[in-house]
Amino acid sequence: MGKAIVITSGKGGVGKTTTTANIGAGLAALGKRVALVDADIGLRNLDIFMGLENRIVYNIVDVVTGEVELTKALVRDKRFEDSLFLLPAAQTKDKNAVSTNQMRSLVHQLKKEFDFVLLDCPAGIEQGFQNAMAGADEAVVVVNPEVPSVRDADRVVGLLEANNVKNNHLIINRLRPEMVKRGEMLEIKDVVDLLSIKLLGVVPEDERIVMSTNRGEPTVLDQSSRAGAAYRDICRRLLGEDVPMTIHADDGSFFHKLKKLVGLSS
Amino acid sequence: MFDLRRLLGKPTGSREMARERLQLVLIHDRASLSPELMDMLKRRIMDVISEFVVIDESGFALDLEQSEDTAALISNIPIKSVKRSAPTVLGGK
Repeated sequence: MGKAIVITSGKGGVGKTTTTANIGAGLAALGKRVALVDADIGLRNLDIFMGLENRIVYNIVDVVTGEVELTKALVRDKRFEDSLFLLPAAQTKDKNAVSTNQMRSLVHQLKKEFDFVLLDCPAGIEQGFQNAMAGADEAVVVVNPEVPSVRDADRVVGLLEANNVKNNHLIINRLRPEMVKRGEMLEIKDVVDLLSIKLLGVVPEDERIVMSTNRGEPTVLDQSSRAGAAYRDICRRLLGEDVPMTIHADDGSFFHKLKKLVGLSS
Repeated sequence: MFDLRRLLGKPTGSREMARERLQLVLIHDRASLSPELMDMLKRRIMDVISEFVVIDESGFALDLEQSEDTAALISNIPIKSVKRSAPTVLGGK
């Protein structure tokens, strides 16, 4: 039986879908069988990040309404042999087209076939969030080092715990090391202390994310990208490896100072 | 907020402000209970207290009061009379 992880944040635009795409591709590259579920019904986007938008025939609503078999609706990512699949969101239906129970049994079914089921959650804390969280064993909370994002993440952590999703991890996304150095951005330690959940990784701001989204190729596959390196570390940590919490910054001296900020180096 | 460094004319980055603002905002957010939870809490408190004293249920008030860095539940429970014997079933319901 695989593990279902919901990727969530509360606030929109902090990088949930980017994170889902990169963790999915990263785990598949490490030989795991992964199913990506776009739970943002009505606003389909994960397919774009994966570059699979032209291959979609059926979607999640077709599956839960029984119109099509689950295996027929899964879009295979050809870059990864038989290990990475996407279940697209519906684009025309509204966000209440899937019930919580339907979602729960869908995830259960996927867990039988895959090592990891990653659920890309819509923004907000309404029905779509409740659904995405319903079948999840654990959560990855994505946060930007900014006040509104940290605040919303805190709400989401509370709601996850209240719904018995307990083993939760934090990804600090879009950190700008040079701003942290100037004292103009929340530090890693600040965010971790405020939210008091386990840090899974820190992804630096990287223009290559925009470039890979333009191309439909997850950054995790880009060996020259700092963000890609951060996602590769995150994937190894999810598999239980003890990977040091290094910040992948441009400048070697920043790098060392940031390690000091996280408290992992003296 | 009282900030010694600002008073001493030392420049403070916006990081420090972000951290301080979040600390306060999160205390408030975490303390807020939904109306459903407040009602549930009210009923439970009423049940327990009613085992010992007869209360005026219409006058029962329970409020969440928040100041800058603290949060407290404030309750006013008017008593009609005190029961003579100990409750038969403790922690009932």
